[in-house]
Parts: sequence; C-alpha cells; structure tokens
Amino acid sequence: MARPVTPLLWLLFSAGGTVAALLFPIHAFLFGLAFPLGWLEPPAHDALLGLLRQPLTRLYLLVFICLPLFHWAHRFRYTLYDGLQLKHLFGLVAALCYGTALVLSAVAAYVLWGVS
Amino acid sequence: MSAPSSYTLHHPKWFRHRVSVFWWLQKRSYTVFVLRELTSVFVALFAAFTLWQIRSAAAGEEAYAGLMARLGTPAFVVLNVVALAFLLFHSITWFNLAPKAMAVRLGGKRVPDLVIAGSNYVAWLVLSAAVAFILLAL
Repeated sequence: MARPVTPLLWLLFSAGGTVAALLFPIHAFLFGLAFPLGWLEPPAHDALLGLLRQPLTRLYLLVFICLPLFHWAHRFRYTLYDGLQLKHLFGLVAALCYGTALVLSAVAAYVLWGVS
Repeated sequence: MSAPSSYTLHHPKWFRHRVSVFWWLQKRSYTVFVLRELTSVFVALFAAFTLWQIRSAAAGEEAYAGLMARLGTPAFVVLNVVALAFLLFHSITWFNLAPKAMAVRLGGKRVPDLVIAGSNYVAWLVLSAAVAFILLAL
C-alpha cells in the first residue's frame, strides 16, 4: 500500500465503524429477527418499495452499505496479518480486502440506481 | 576483538520462537481483542445481506416474500442471532473506545470520557428509535 492512501483508508474504517455501530443493530434486529419471525408487523412490500424509491433512502442505504464494507476491509486485513500470521502476504491480503469492498460498493450503487 | 569482520552474502537468520496461530486463545484479553476484530466479518455480512434484501424488494413482491420466508428458517434465525450478538459487541466496544480515539476539548478543558461515550449511546438510541419508527409506521 502506498503511504498517501493510509489516512484515507483509516478514515473510511473509522466512518464505517461508526455507521455500523449506530445503525446495524436495529436493522439486524428488525429485518433479521423481528420481521421474519412475526414478532412485529413487517412493512408491506409496496410500502417498502415506495420508501426505497425515495432518493434520500437510496443515499442512506448507499452510505449504510459502502462505508461499513471499507470498515471491514481495513479491520479484517489486520486481523489476518496478526491472527493468522499472514504478514508475508501483505499485498495479496490488502488487494483482496479492499477489492471486495470496492466491488460490493459498485454493485450496491448499481442496484440502488436501478430501483424503479 | 581485532579480527576484521567478514560479511556474508546472506543475512543471518535470527532465532525466533514460532508462535501458534491460536496465540489469542491463551489469554482472555487476547480472545476478546480478536473477537472484537472479528465483528467486522459480521458487519460486512450484514452489509451484503442488506444489499440482497434491496435486490429482492426491487425484484417484486414474490421475490421479497420468498426472502422473508427463507429468513424464518432455523439456519437463518441462528445466523441472525449470532450476527446480532456480534453487531452489538461491535457497537458497545466502538462507543467505549470513542473517548480514547478522539480527545475533545471545550474551553481548554478535556471533555470527560463518560460524556463522549454517553453521547454516543444517546445517538445510538435516538437513531435506532428513528429507524424503528419509520419502518413500523409504513
């Protein structure tokens, strides 16, 4: 990794960590458990789609998906270095982590753009 | 020692103990540290899960109903319970570290750690309530 990008990667890690910390638990509770298991009345499909069509919702979801992906890429990269002692694979691990985050972010932008 | 030192082409290899890949299981604080770092895996999984959900919601009512039915199966319920536990662990450790990551000064005095962590928890509560309110009012 070239030196000048390190602060940017750290910033993405930090911003993504904050987004995930603040918003992921409630989304995971509602969409992962409460709605599928019927603890709470899930929103009707057309109402959900109506919300999804709003530009502000799509912007929210883009931030919601992309920043935490870069948080993962940064943190998981160092976990692999230390936890599995993969420091010698420095370049490969970094390329795989940030590459995955980049590709999934692009897919997210594409999907959100195409909601109609 | 007056003999001139001789140089070899190769760097001498120094002795190092080989550390087990499971070094982090030997001490509780190390295990907690690695588990905290591994919360990022569930963060990425949940981001991908949300993307999948958006795709099926956009694909139509049938696709969305299919996804909801699949999420009710035991395998997904277990996965989502584990994921929620890791996500909560991430939130709590993240907010507790916030005062150490940024030292905020107001009027030349450092804002106490408890105030910074506390304001993070308040923001968490307010945002969670707002998300729940929007989704439940639909």
